[in-house]
Amino acid sequence: MKALFDNPDFQLVFWALVKIAIILNGLLGLVSYMILAERKIAGRMQGRPGPNRVGPAGLLQPLADVIKLFFKEEFIPAEANRVVFHIAPMLAVIPALVTFSVIPIGPNFTVTDINVGLLLFLAMSSIGVYAVTLGGWSSNNKYALLGGLRSSAQMISYELAMGLSTIGVLLLTGSLSLVQIVKAQAAIPFFVFQPLAFLIFMITALAETNRAPFDLPEAEAELVAGFHTEYSSMKFGLFFLGEFTNVITICAVATTLFLGGWNGPWLPDSLKFVWFFLKLAALVFVFMWLRWTFPRFRYDQLMDLGWKVLLPLSLANVMVTGAAVYWIHNR
Amino acid sequence: MIAQAVFAAFAGILVVSSLLVVLHKNPVTSALFLVSAFCSLAAIYLTLRAEFLGMVQVIVYAGAIMVLFLFVIMYLNLKTDLESGAQIAVRRGIGWIAGGVLVAEAAAFLSRRWTLGPAAAPEPMAAAGNTQAVGQVLYTRYLFPFEITSMLLLVAMVGAIVISKSRGAEPKATFERGRPAAPAAEPGASAPAAAAGRDPESNA
Repeated sequence: MKALFDNPDFQLVFWALVKIAIILNGLLGLVSYMILAERKIAGRMQGRPGPNRVGPAGLLQPLADVIKLFFKEEFIPAEANRVVFHIAPMLAVIPALVTFSVIPIGPNFTVTDINVGLLLFLAMSSIGVYAVTLGGWSSNNKYALLGGLRSSAQMISYELAMGLSTIGVLLLTGSLSLVQIVKAQAAIPFFVFQPLAFLIFMITALAETNRAPFDLPEAEAELVAGFHTEYSSMKFGLFFLGEFTNVITICAVATTLFLGGWNGPWLPDSLKFVWFFLKLAALVFVFMWLRWTFPRFRYDQLMDLGWKVLLPLSLANVMVTGAAVYWIHNR
Repeated sequence: MIAQAVFAAFAGILVVSSLLVVLHKNPVTSALFLVSAFCSLAAIYLTLRAEFLGMVQVIVYAGAIMVLFLFVIMYLNLKTDLESGAQIAVRRGIGWIAGGVLVAEAAAFLSRRWTLGPAAAPEPMAAAGNTQAVGQVLYTRYLFPFEITSMLLLVAMVGAIVISKSRGAEPKATFERGRPAAPAAEPGASAPAAAAGRDPESNA
């Protein structure tokens, strides 16, 4: 037994599994309370109290929601493509969770520090398109299909601007590893040097997570519920979970890239993760704030903003940052 | 040992899903198996320490190209083969010939133990990783082919824009203020207008 524990391979796998368990449970707990927070904030913004009946101040509401979802009847449309119908909700959750494996939460806490961490994030966000597209297609429902098609067009369009907006950070750091990017921001967070890129990243993040004002894939007024119209019970729950996990993940990436990750004054190294979560919470609050403040974009306005405004601006940002970095290095 | 087990697992997935791409009747399912094949190929790149290539494989092929493929397949809603028997027979014949050539090539390469082709690339520096190595080689040694490729893409892009512009002579009219926009229906809807000779090029 001791020989097994001393084996470096075993140790690697063991600690990786422990970290994955911590992240997975912590993240899912965070997501359930984020949903409560969203409902509470939405309530405040509309002049009503929000959920406050289950437990003290409504704190047990997430538990009640999950139990309700589990006990709902599961319904699959007769003409649906059953296999794809089952796979799509899983695909909504998995990419968001995988991205968290490369995000440095504290000085010594990253599941894995790979030197293409940023690319892994981009890859996972591009895989996320499948959940919505396949969910919409497999339900064999016109509203769901329209929602899915809209969503894939939207996500592909905004992915470009998002990828380009991260290049500025990449030029400043010279590394794709998220741990290195955080370390490079020890003195000044990058949103000071990259204000435009930060803004573009946040706007595209809203579009990538299909949240208002970019929630066209599930525009209630015209598409019933969009791509998840035919989903019920825990499969609907998974889509819901995926959306909120995506919000947390993308805000965590924004924190890492532009706000300095766990860097912050006063706290000792072992408590620096508090800074990470504070910044993350602030960004998530901004997401909710925007959702209840802005009306939905029209489809052509959405495409205009993505292709004619954000993409050229992010390209210009890459050029200016590149020239500045070159000038500073060769001065 | 772990590395071999990981390789065996992903190679297995790759082979099975590649076979299903060709053998499955439903085009959407085939496309999904192709995505699975691309992802397991990316995983194999990772085990070979080519992490940049692996990630780009997922971003470009699985994330962008296959989504568009899927988009088109779903849009057309291909359910049954609409072609006549003769067309299928011709296509099968071409397929057998191409497959035979590929197998012969693979056999020739394998029998020579891969001694053909360029020499093995130098090991990239472990600290910098192969992203930097790829970038350096791309912008120094292979700069000319790289620029030629980007010119090719630019020409293709301009071509695509010109084609869609000349066909959609009056796309502005469908996006008037206050009227709902029809998503992804402009090319078909505005084709009659172009056919009626109202496009700007015929006026000029």
